[in-house]
Amino acid sequence: MSKGQDFVRRLPDSSHHFKSATSFWRLIHIDPILLLGLLALSVYGLVVLYSASGHSQFMVKRQVVFFGMAYLAMFAVAQVNLMFLERYAFWFYGFGIILLVLVLVVGVGAKGAQRWLSLGFVRFQPSEILKLAVPICVASFFSARILPPRFSHIVICLVFILLPAALIVKQPDLGTAILVATSGLIGLFLAGLPWRYILGTVAAVAAAAWPMWHFVMHDYQKRRVLTLLDPEADRLGAGWNIIQSKTAIGSGGWEGKGWMNGTQSQLDFLPESHTDFIIAVLAEEFGMMGVLLLLAGYFFVISRGLWIAVTAQSTFSRILAGSITLTFMVYVFVNIGMVSGLLPVVGVPLPLVSLGGTSLISLMLGFGLLMAVATERKRVTV
Amino acid sequence: MIRKNASPKKIARQTPAGPVFARARIICMVLLLAVLPSALIWHLAHLQVIPTAEKGYTFLQEQGQARTVREEVIQAYRGVITDRNGEILAVSTPVKSIVLNPQRFDPEKTAVLAEALGLKTSELAARIGRFSDKQFMYVARNLPPHDADRILALKLEGVSAEKGFQRFYPAGEVAAHVVGFTDIDDRGREGMELALENWLAGTPGSRRVMKDLKGNVVKDLGVIRAAESGKDVQLSLDLRLQYLAYRELKNAIAEQGAASGSIVMLDAQTGEILAMANQPSYNPNNRSQIQPAQLRNRAVTDMIEPGSTMKPFTIVAALESGRYSPNTKIDTNPGYWRVGGKTYSDFRNYGVMDLTTVIQKSSQVAISKIAMDLPPEDLRDVFYRVGVGQLSGTGFPGEALGKLPNPRRWHPTERAALAFGHGMTLTALQLAHAYTVFATGGILRPTAILKQQNVPEGSRVIDVKHSQQVLNMLKAVTQTGGTATRAQIKAYPVAGKTGTAHKVGEGGYADDKYIALFAGLAPADNPEIVMVVIINEPPQEHYYGGEAAAPVFARVAEGTLRLLQVPPSQSPSQQKVVAR
Repeated sequence: MSKGQDFVRRLPDSSHHFKSATSFWRLIHIDPILLLGLLALSVYGLVVLYSASGHSQFMVKRQVVFFGMAYLAMFAVAQVNLMFLERYAFWFYGFGIILLVLVLVVGVGAKGAQRWLSLGFVRFQPSEILKLAVPICVASFFSARILPPRFSHIVICLVFILLPAALIVKQPDLGTAILVATSGLIGLFLAGLPWRYILGTVAAVAAAAWPMWHFVMHDYQKRRVLTLLDPEADRLGAGWNIIQSKTAIGSGGWEGKGWMNGTQSQLDFLPESHTDFIIAVLAEEFGMMGVLLLLAGYFFVISRGLWIAVTAQSTFSRILAGSITLTFMVYVFVNIGMVSGLLPVVGVPLPLVSLGGTSLISLMLGFGLLMAVATERKRVTV
Repeated sequence: MIRKNASPKKIARQTPAGPVFARARIICMVLLLAVLPSALIWHLAHLQVIPTAEKGYTFLQEQGQARTVREEVIQAYRGVITDRNGEILAVSTPVKSIVLNPQRFDPEKTAVLAEALGLKTSELAARIGRFSDKQFMYVARNLPPHDADRILALKLEGVSAEKGFQRFYPAGEVAAHVVGFTDIDDRGREGMELALENWLAGTPGSRRVMKDLKGNVVKDLGVIRAAESGKDVQLSLDLRLQYLAYRELKNAIAEQGAASGSIVMLDAQTGEILAMANQPSYNPNNRSQIQPAQLRNRAVTDMIEPGSTMKPFTIVAALESGRYSPNTKIDTNPGYWRVGGKTYSDFRNYGVMDLTTVIQKSSQVAISKIAMDLPPEDLRDVFYRVGVGQLSGTGFPGEALGKLPNPRRWHPTERAALAFGHGMTLTALQLAHAYTVFATGGILRPTAILKQQNVPEGSRVIDVKHSQQVLNMLKAVTQTGGTATRAQIKAYPVAGKTGTAHKVGEGGYADDKYIALFAGLAPADNPEIVMVVIINEPPQEHYYGGEAAAPVFARVAEGTLRLLQVPPSQSPSQQKVVAR
């Protein structure tokens, strides 16, 4: 018996197994390919976190617990009936807005920012809920309307997007506000926002920038903007983090210095090394190779997410899946761009790698929705 | 595939909103998925792997190294100072200084640090405030290592330690003036520590270390240049004799209520300094309460009028003239003599006396008469030959030159004054050095503070016969009828000469302030030591050199000869009983 025969003979059988396997995953509302990508990224993230936290087993254990909770949350959300979600989207959105208002009134926080709600036994950031509520709301809004959207619909949708963003800015938490707004705007874009509006807005902003800069803005405001655009000009203030992280990334070279051998990160030069700036630790210790491996992981997850969006059953599902996936892409891009000095510094964690509880859970809730979209039954009626 | 082809049309019909848009837009986003990572990778590649990139990885790696890799100074071990027998006089012990980087220090932790150091919080805060724009300041210098480690254990950001050495002086105040001390940066500031700085200090080395943000060394990357330890120094001092001299001087000054004093003891044959003590002294291990007056090594820095202790050298000049011999008679009647408008008088009228008696009684009249009989240049020449007005060559910081006048025309009073040591100044060390010629048979050897391996080359400055004759006269001084019977010691004959000088105060000599001196050799027959004792401002009732200084000489010399195990040259029974 040759190997060739063996291979040929068994091929039909394996397709049978594949089929039954698919139906199993569909039954539990899990997309195995996406799950594989997420798990790979999570493990990679834990490895980096162990080094970045200064070999803290405690922190890694805590992160593992977070991951467990997040994956459970994802699994739970994946079971949600999307039609139900579409129907009650505005209630969900309204609930989120009420929580945001509550944060401003009775919220707790540190360093002059009021971002948390305390329930006595647990504290959470309502702005994380809005990261999901806004795209759900936008998707639901447009699923019942003729596309491409009319001007009046666009205006109403912008109100839906900008109201929570404004509330979050008040906390103040500019980074999250931008991400929440972005997730909504991506939904709007996916719904078919006409190109002429997009180009018009870009042109208007560009045209307004020049007179704003020269006639309206004060010097201190200009300095703030300049620092945001070029943090390295302020070496000891805002520039410190960026200079340290760029140094760490550059010192890594192609191969890196080896796990737990990065000098910038291990010797405390790199600030926030286990949260927002963790990519610098990875870049220093695993080099460009390690970064490319991570990017490949993200690319895989995002590609799968976009595939789920494209093959989704309804407008609602499609816009929702697209928003979630692309917002995820924006997280990755903004975080790495910020740490490597390409973009201004806004507080965005590196998804699945940075230490964090609430943000991780809201992220995985999003992937749960993605799983729900992926395993949704074909709709026969609306 | 079925879904992809069939559903759009179907759904487009069924739903009010066409799904086509969303799908088209998603494909549009796929393009974004290609563009954004490419931009990121392009940017990261410039940071990490492209060698020609401006501010690329070579630059950044250098930056990273510059942040963590530092060159640290390795303090060189300072040489040990010992006495001639190897007893330690100065030794370095390892210490740690607490340093602080005010840029990284949390001001709220000031109280914690202050408490650990035993400082006042407000004081420490004020000090840190003064350095707020700096990156480095000392908080506490030279702590014992375990104390410093206790503060480091607090793990305060911006607080670290610097290793160093601190000098410890086991002999304390006893040898303080000779040994000197180093400052807080371990540089010599006084005494031999200063004079031999280059020899003792060594060369600091350096090593490459990796430091974290707090400035703590986390990794030693190797020594660049090893520190070269300083060389040890062996002084000619004998600590036993130094202790003895210091103790006796201190007691004498305290008992008499004198202002200050010095003792210099030289090895009579080699010229080495065996002991050099001063009062007041200080504790070099704790200099917080120190007064400048305590710091002076008076034996070499203070110029004094030698007074009658110079008379033996006047006699040398007389003997060298060939017109005098030890038996030459000098008529001192009526006990006083007027020269150039000044009257010189003796204690009482000694009548006619020979040269030995002149020295024994320290007759002003006789010595002035002899001086007026000699060319003043000859007298001055003898003084100069024995080293008056010249540096000793020991290198003591602040050593005084002394002053030997050399006028073109000599006034009679100047000639007479020179004969009994007035109108000139020298240091205690110079005086002791000059007296060595009577021990060596007229050969003057350079004096030294470093232990000499061989007897140094000397030069003959006085004929051996004259030297011996004057030594015999000096023996008479301590015998009955001499001015220094109290310089006598048991079992050893002593030769010496007393001196008493008015102190120079404001506007000339001070009437009520004196310096009492005694310069002597022991044992007189074959001198082992030459010693000068100076008591500054002794009490008014006992201010003569024979009263204030000679007893100190006796006590120190007696102990010294015993310690040096010099065989007694006369049994107690041979010794004449001292009448006084």
